[in-house]
Amino acid sequence: MAQRNIIPFGPQHPVLPEPIHLDLVTEDETVVEAVPSIGFVHRGLEKLVEKKDYQDFVYVAERICGICSFMHGMTYCQAVEEIMGIAVPPRALYLRTVWAELSRVHSHLMWLGLAADAFGFESLFMNCWRLREGVLDIIEATTGGRVIFGSCKIGGVRRDIDDDTMKGIVEKLQAMATEIKRSTDVFLDDYSVQHRLKDVGVIDGEEARRLGTVGPVLRASGIAMDARKIGYAAYRDLKFEPVVEKAGDCYARCRVRVREIFQSIDLIAQAARKMPPGETALKVTGAPEGEFFSRVEQPRGEVIYYVKANGTKNLQRFRVRTPTFANLPAMVRMLKGAGLADVPNIILTVDPCISCIER
Amino acid sequence: MIEEQTTIAVEKDTLLGAVADFYSQGYRLVQICCTALGDVIEINYSFDRDYRFTNLRLTVRPGEEVQSVSIIYWCAFAYENEMKELFGVNIRNIAVDYRGHFYRTAVPTPFVASRKDAGKPADTD
Repeated sequence: MAQRNIIPFGPQHPVLPEPIHLDLVTEDETVVEAVPSIGFVHRGLEKLVEKKDYQDFVYVAERICGICSFMHGMTYCQAVEEIMGIAVPPRALYLRTVWAELSRVHSHLMWLGLAADAFGFESLFMNCWRLREGVLDIIEATTGGRVIFGSCKIGGVRRDIDDDTMKGIVEKLQAMATEIKRSTDVFLDDYSVQHRLKDVGVIDGEEARRLGTVGPVLRASGIAMDARKIGYAAYRDLKFEPVVEKAGDCYARCRVRVREIFQSIDLIAQAARKMPPGETALKVTGAPEGEFFSRVEQPRGEVIYYVKANGTKNLQRFRVRTPTFANLPAMVRMLKGAGLADVPNIILTVDPCISCIER
Repeated sequence: MIEEQTTIAVEKDTLLGAVADFYSQGYRLVQICCTALGDVIEINYSFDRDYRFTNLRLTVRPGEEVQSVSIIYWCAFAYENEMKELFGVNIRNIAVDYRGHFYRTAVPTPFVASRKDAGKPADTD
């Protein structure tokens, strides 16, 4: 008869720099149940909205996460703009799209590096992070920041990118794409990578959808759901289809992210070609009254910002449902039946962001 | 307008039926959230299918008993534990009930406890 044990995983673990704890109930080497526990560093940022001016709160929203900080700020601005009926200048919408896609490229490259590190491919890890530096350099050159961009505001954006710089960015990214492909080919073709990731942590499309899964995890299970298709920012003017894989395993999730890097580079090139001239921000006065659920596709999936306002400078409610929070139930399901040695890889291919969860 | 968003008001006794309808039509549970509005708490259950966003809205009093929808959408357990701990909504029969140990907060049910402080400037400003 198999021996039943409870193995604690985290909150400090070599593959996860952020605190999440799992009680893994195992029978010999097989996980039969996983119970997640969060809230170790909960910051209460949703509560803070009651004491901050709604325009200043963009800075707080951006600090929810250090990876997709720009997209947090953008989602918040989008919610307030919808409530106030602000028509953001088209150029600002294009600039937001460019920065959002740059965030996706750097996030996915960072994830690829972490994944390589988790399955013991150190040189690949360093190479992915070297490539990511190139993207961070672009972000720094255009916003002044590498982690917190500070470029999004209610009514538009704070900075512009002139046409020559934009052209240079597209050329740099296209040159980088060749180099990125050399690294991503290893992820997709290397025997040892496939051996660790194929048929591991499988979740089928129907189950993933029922579990409220979002982002690359959902798309890797064959469901073409990508919040960018709603058409916020400049996405309604750009040609793209959600990247979908069918297998639903760790390898498929890796493939989705790899393909999305190149899709993002293409979207930036499209946005640069179509970027209209004009102003980049409107002056916003008054206070919002109403409510809106703003949805944006972050690198880890759809984020929801619920904003409710009553006509004062302080919002009544600010609620963030982050993609990692939505992916927790799927992660629990994937771990059921997995081998103990596969647990780190499964968790990592969900690309959990605990900083986002602990908003 | 980025997208149309529909909100449908429900009562406690019609909640499970309405959620089951969404489930049978293939909707994805997008999120559940609470808003403290004076003496009542507004709960929004959000669903999506083919990028159509729909909300079910239920209004309850703090501590009032509400049936869990995790019997229909298992993934609701995370949202319902959150509602229970941050807003004091008494959710019954949650599929995975953390019994107050989902978050670690210094103040119990912080969103309901200190509404009187709303609007005052933050000490850290």
